[in-house]
Order: sequence, then C-alpha cells, then structure tokens
Amino acid sequence: MTAAPVTAVPKRRLRDRIPVVHQLRQSVGLQRGMLVTGLVMLAIFILTAIFAALIAPYGFAQRADASGSFGSQQPPSPEHLFGTTVGSYDVLSRVVWGTQTAILVVVVAVILSLFIGVALGLYSGYFGGWLDRILVVICDAIYAFPSLLLAIVLSIVISGGQSSLWGGVLAAAGSIVVVFIPQYFRVIRAETVRIKAEPFVESAKVLGASNSRIVFKHVFRNATRTLPLIITLNSAEAILTLAALGFLGFGIEPTAAAEWGYDLFKAQSDVTSGIWWTALFPGLAIVFTVLGIMLVGESLNDLADPRLRGRRRVAQAAGEVAATSVVPGGALSAGPGGLSGLEDGETFDEHGIEVKR
Amino acid sequence: MSTVVEIRNLGVSFATDAGAVKAIEDVSLSVAGGEVLAIVGESGSGKTVTAKTILGLLPETATTRGAVVLTNREGTRENDVISLSKHQLREVRGTDVAMVFQEPSTALNPVYTVGWQIMEGLRAHGHLSRKEARAKAIEILGRVGIPDPEERVDHFPHQFSGGQKQRVVIAMALVLDPGLIVADEPTTALDVTVQAEILDLLRRCRDEFGTAIVLITHNMGVVADLADRVAVMYQGNVVEEADVHTLFAAPQADYTKALLAAVPYVGHGTARAAERAAARPTNWTEQPAVVEAKGLEIVYPGRFGRPGFQAVGGVDFLIRPGEVLGLVGESGSGKTTIGRAIAGLTRVTGGSLKVLDAEMNGIRERDFRPLRSRIGFVFQDPASSFNPLLTVAECVAEPLVIHGRARNAAAARARVDDLLEAVQLPRAYGDRYPHELSGGQRQRASLARALALEPELLIADEPTSALDVSVQARVLELFAELQHEFGFASLFISHDLAVVDLLADRIAVLYHGALVEEGTGAEVLGAPTDPYTQRLLASLPVPDPIAQAERREELRRLREAV
Repeated sequence: MTAAPVTAVPKRRLRDRIPVVHQLRQSVGLQRGMLVTGLVMLAIFILTAIFAALIAPYGFAQRADASGSFGSQQPPSPEHLFGTTVGSYDVLSRVVWGTQTAILVVVVAVILSLFIGVALGLYSGYFGGWLDRILVVICDAIYAFPSLLLAIVLSIVISGGQSSLWGGVLAAAGSIVVVFIPQYFRVIRAETVRIKAEPFVESAKVLGASNSRIVFKHVFRNATRTLPLIITLNSAEAILTLAALGFLGFGIEPTAAAEWGYDLFKAQSDVTSGIWWTALFPGLAIVFTVLGIMLVGESLNDLADPRLRGRRRVAQAAGEVAATSVVPGGALSAGPGGLSGLEDGETFDEHGIEVKR
Repeated sequence: MSTVVEIRNLGVSFATDAGAVKAIEDVSLSVAGGEVLAIVGESGSGKTVTAKTILGLLPETATTRGAVVLTNREGTRENDVISLSKHQLREVRGTDVAMVFQEPSTALNPVYTVGWQIMEGLRAHGHLSRKEARAKAIEILGRVGIPDPEERVDHFPHQFSGGQKQRVVIAMALVLDPGLIVADEPTTALDVTVQAEILDLLRRCRDEFGTAIVLITHNMGVVADLADRVAVMYQGNVVEEADVHTLFAAPQADYTKALLAAVPYVGHGTARAAERAAARPTNWTEQPAVVEAKGLEIVYPGRFGRPGFQAVGGVDFLIRPGEVLGLVGESGSGKTTIGRAIAGLTRVTGGSLKVLDAEMNGIRERDFRPLRSRIGFVFQDPASSFNPLLTVAECVAEPLVIHGRARNAAAARARVDDLLEAVQLPRAYGDRYPHELSGGQRQRASLARALALEPELLIADEPTSALDVSVQARVLELFAELQHEFGFASLFISHDLAVVDLLADRIAVLYHGALVEEGTGAEVLGAPTDPYTQRLLASLPVPDPIAQAERREELRRLREAV
C-alpha cells in the first residue's frame, strides 16, 4: 500500500454554509427568481421595522400636529400620502409602525415554540415510552382546535380583554405558540426516530456514550435541517393570526401600538362609503409581508429537495468523468467538481446522479 | 445472428449542483440475438447509465450524444432510442426491449396482484382481451418456474419469496417476447442459493426464448456463470471487450487484471488459518473464552397478542482470545442478530451468552457500559455509521472521549493520528468530513474507531458488503494485518463464504437461526457434511467459466438429491 498523495480539501467557505445564502448561490432560474423576490420583500419589511421612526412622518397614535388636527377620513394628500383614518390617524404612519408589531409577534412566537417544541420532540422521539404517547395524543388534539378561537381565549386570559402592546402581542404569540409547538414537535420527533435507527447512533451506543451525549452530539444537530423552512412558514402564519385577532377586535389599542388588523377592522364601514385608502394600505402591507416570507419558505423547500431543485442543463458530453474506486483503497475525490460540490449527506450513486444517503 | 442493439459512440453527461458530470465518455457496443453480454465494472463506471440509455430511462438532467440503435426481434424495425419521442419510446419498451431490476421487492407494486401487473404490460401493447391476457400471464408464470401458476397469478407480491418475486419480474419482462432484456444487477439483492436459481432461469431465457440479455453486474462469478461476452467498463469507457473464456483466461487490460485479482476465491484462506493455528501456544484452548454462547435464544417480541419471532434458537459457539470466528448465513439466518446481541444492542431472551465474563441474558445497560470499552464494532454501511456533521478525527476520537482517555477531540488528536496511520489513511484525512471520503476509506476509518480503545473483541458485521470488489480486497487485507498486530478476537459476519474464508480461523454456518455446521475453514469449506452447507458452497459462483460450468452440474446433482 502506497499512501495516497494527500490533496488539500478546500473547506466549504462560510458563505456556503449559512442556510439561506447557501441556497441562494445554489439556485437557478425560476427558483432563484422566487427566492430573490422573497428575500427582497423580507428585507424591505425588516428595514422598515428597524427604521420606522425615520420613515414614518408621524407617530402611530398621533392625531394632530402643530398645524392642528389631521381631520378624519381625509383622502391622500401631500401631508398625508395614504390619507387618514376615521380616528384621524395617518394611514402611512400606521402602516410603517405596524411592521414593528408584526416582527415582535413573529420573534416571540417562533422563539417560544421553537425551544419548547424541539426539546419535547427530542425527548419524545429518543426515549419513547408513555410520555411520548401522551405528547403525541395532546399534539393531535391541539390540531383539532381552531387556532383563532384559542387565540381569542388566550387574549382574554392574558390581558383580560384590555389590549396593551404586550398584552396583544403575547396573546397573539401565545396562541401561535400553542398551535406551533406540535409542528416543531412532530418534525423533530420524526427526524429523531429516524436518526435513532441510523448506524452512527448505534455505533455511539456501542461505544458506550451516555444518552445525553448521543441526543445532543449525534441526534440534535442532524435533526434540525428542516427547521428554517418551518420557521418561515410559521412566521407568515403568525402575522396572519395577529391580523385576524385585530380584525375581530381583540387586537392592540391604537394608542398602544400600530396594528394592521385593527386598522382593517376600523376601516370596514369606510369601504361602503367609498373611502378605499383606510383598508387598502394595511391590507397590502399584510399581503406584501406574508407573500415575501412565503416565497422564501417555498423556495427553501424546493431547494432542499434534490429532485425539485432546478439545475442548468449541461452541454453535450461535458464535465469530468467521475473517478471510480479502482486504486486499492478508493479514489481520492468524493465527486467530480471537487469535494465542496457535495452537500452533507449527499453523494453520487452508481448512475453518477447525486443522491441523498 | 442479427444485431439486436448497437451502441455507437455513446456519451452521457448529467447536470448536478457541482456542474456537469460525465457518466459515459465514449462507448460503442453491440449485442447479437440470443447472446448474453455482461457489462462489468465498479460503482461509477457508467455501466448502469449505459443500460438505462438502451431503454431511454435517463432522467431529464441527462444530455446524450451518439446513437443506440435497437432492432426488434424480427429485424423489421430499427429505432435510435436517443432520438425517439416519449410516445415512440413507450412502444419500443416492453416489445423490443425489457428491463429486470435489481430489487424485486420494490419493482413490483404491492397493492396489485402479480397477474394484474403482468397483464398491464400486455394490455398496454397488444389488443388482447382480459381473458387472453390472463391466460398468457398464467403461461408465462409457469414458464419462469412459479409452481401452481393458475392459483398464484392472483397472489400479491408479498406472498412470494424474494427469489420468486425476481422470477415474476423476469416473467413481466418476457411476456411480450422482447428481443433484448436488460438485467441490472438481477441477483445482487438475493441470497447465493437463490442467485444460482435465477441465473439458471436467465440462461433458460436465452436458450428457450432466444432472448439476448445485457447483464449489468459487479460480480465476476455471475459473469463467469452466465455471460457469453464481457465488456469491462472503467470511468465511462469500455476498457476491454472479449468473449468470456478469453477474458478470464487471458485478460488484456491492466484494469481487468486488477479486477480479477481482487476477487476472493474460496480456499485461499485455508493455508493462512493453518499457519495461525500452528503458531498458537499449546495451552491456548484452556484460556477463558471471550464469548461463549450456550443454547442462545433471541426472540423479537411480536405485536399485541401475536407470538414473537424467533431469530436465533439454541446456538452454541465459542470465541477464544485472538481467534477470528466467521459467521456465515443467508439473510434472515440470524447472523446479524447474534452480532448485535454480543454488542448489547439486542436483548438476549433465552439461554446463556457470556461476553467477557458478563452474562448478557438479563444484563442492565448500566452494568454493561464499562465493558463496552473492550468491544469494538464495525458496521456494514460505512456511509451511515459516521455522524455526517463531525470530522473523521472527531468520530475516531469519540470512544476515547467517552471513556475518559481524552478530555476532548482535540486532546485525542495525537492518538487519532496514530490510529489513522494504522489503518493506512493519511493524517490529513482526519480534518475531512465522512462524505468526503470514498467507501473504502470510510470503512478503514470505521476500523480505526473500533480499534481506538484496543478492544479484546471486535465484531464486524458485513464490513465489506457495501464496497466494490477491489476496495473489499484492500479492506480485508488490512483487517488481517490489524488482527495480527493487535491480536483481538473477532466475530466476522458475512454472507460471502469466500470473504469469510480469507479471514476466519473457524467458520460457523447459520441457517434459519440454528448453527448447522462449525469447524475450521478446511473442514467446513473443504468437506462440508451438512447438506445446506454443501448447497451454499456449490451455489457460490466462481470467477472462472470452465470451473463454474462443472460446479453448476454439481449443484444440479445436489438439488436433485434433496
């Protein structure tokens, strides 16, 4: 046996390993268009929330400035680009400030449900037993609840019907958390059950590793790859739930924070009298934000699956021939195009087609 | 004989994330009517892609160049498969060319009867009535050797055994009487004894039906048994093409020579085992055994109320210090179960199993954990036995960290480097991730991990069955060297008699959970006494067409004697 000459393996660069950036570089064609559109929309949403104070011409609860009251239901004008509401608020300002409330709900909801759902899923999937069975039944039961009903009940419990900023946010986030935990729980549990049977977990067991070491070192990190996708989809749903709560009148008082659903609720009667601007702009804001998040989520989903992922067509008889393991001990490169071309867990099968192992 | 298919200057490339990959560079082949052409090669040589091109089964990411001219049985129609539309392709498939897949259990749809599935092909092409199609299905099932075809035509795939399923798949391919059958590793998923039967059937396809066969395989024994002509593929090219006798007797290309040299033969290990036995001290047999099984019984629990499944029943064996016991058997014989029981992964339900003086029947994980540092385990599939998110060095360091020999992976690095060197991997490979290594390299890293704590016992569960033959030879050689150097006792589990023969001091043959024969390699393989062992041995195709023809006769006699 002659030691095979060692070629330096190019490390995968950082930008190839960050979840979304990696997918962006990998995508082509329509999928790339979708992802880029979604990312741009998301970026506008987040930037608006951060710089709301600079962008919005007035405060979200401001009804008058130095030159007097704004006036109720004024059509769009140079002073009020999107007009004013029945309560004399500036529509543009409330749309801009509304992004902050939306982000707050998304962050609180996702973080809470993520931690609880993942922890329960890992435990339940790895150890099984009676606790696992009970948790699965509870999660199934929660699916049967209409989430909005749950949200209404929670908003009454948390804030007693009085809607402050945090009361409203926590009510919306709380209800979403309850509905989302089963999603994280199920995904992580299913992955854990699958990974538990993988030989590398068994080999850790044979080595005598403790359960906590196996769970955190070997199972957890391998179980999380679908999480970015669920997070994006859940974020969109969180915003919709907050808007629905506001629309039903359980939202946040206009003096506490700007909230799109509440503005839509107050704009109901305006629509019949031909006042379109009070409903249109908050509505568009909801659509814009949810669409952006959904686009990102959907394209991440497509890109995660090698069968759905689009690729550029290759020229005839192009490319390098895949190295065959003929030298004793096997070829040095994992795949043509260098080792960095292969993703985690993917390799080339005997057809030369990239497959997941 | 007329040419059935002619491949001219075929080139195939695939679009992947890593850019273009060329699977086939420039291949020209032709198959005459009633001839068996074997395409041999290792993983990635392009043999399956060649076969799929004949049927126009390549995925959309493929770009093709060249021509594949397919002639029908009568020689009245010629088609270039590459330029056919999807509709035209459907007409050609089934009538002119048919396919036999590798895994019969996934090639059949579990929710339809086999008769329905055979008739589906008939009705898609012919204008047969339901009744006629059914009669034809029954006839073809009978011809491929399914007993009671009138009754079994209405059975579902799960009611057939693996070998019978493959017969049904072949019947499906034969029913439209195509001039050519493409068989992609038709026996790889089957046990050796079943493999021999399927090879017989394929030979009958050629002789009775006059069908030409393109046989894709990596098994040189299968080639010697069935093929008329052989094409050896390597890295997308045909490196050698010759008739089967010439190829085995006088291989021309270096690659073919290397490939043939790497194939293990039964009987090669006997001398080595005798040498080792002679070198042992006289009081060796008096030493306490590392593993001792007495009436070992393992039952997998059944579902509610159902009786459990007995995987192993009443097995006795011994492994003494420094001895390699080869455990051979077909799928379902319980060989893996025994290995897992010794490693504490499967519960022992009856009898006695002593591992390093600990009784495994009823042992608790907490009591067994300290013993684990004295046992190593090598898994079958090197691809999945490493955590994909840890580097090779971290994986190999795991046992050292777990048993407190090192504080973390970095501290264990010096020892890991030594281990990697012991298994002949360059140190720098420690920084790679498992998927960046080839199969053989990964299995060597797996050996390094198993040996990290210098165990007294190493359990190797089919360590080479996922590897190509030349890689397998290398890993087996390494295993023998390491065994000599470290002197561990070992349970070596395999379905391949030739592989076990190379390494084992003693061989135990399992059949349906019971031990049917045990002894040294010379005893078991040289003069087997049990009829099952005899059949198993005779079923194993040897990579030599002349010797194989003799063995075939012997196997036929054995079968008739049963």
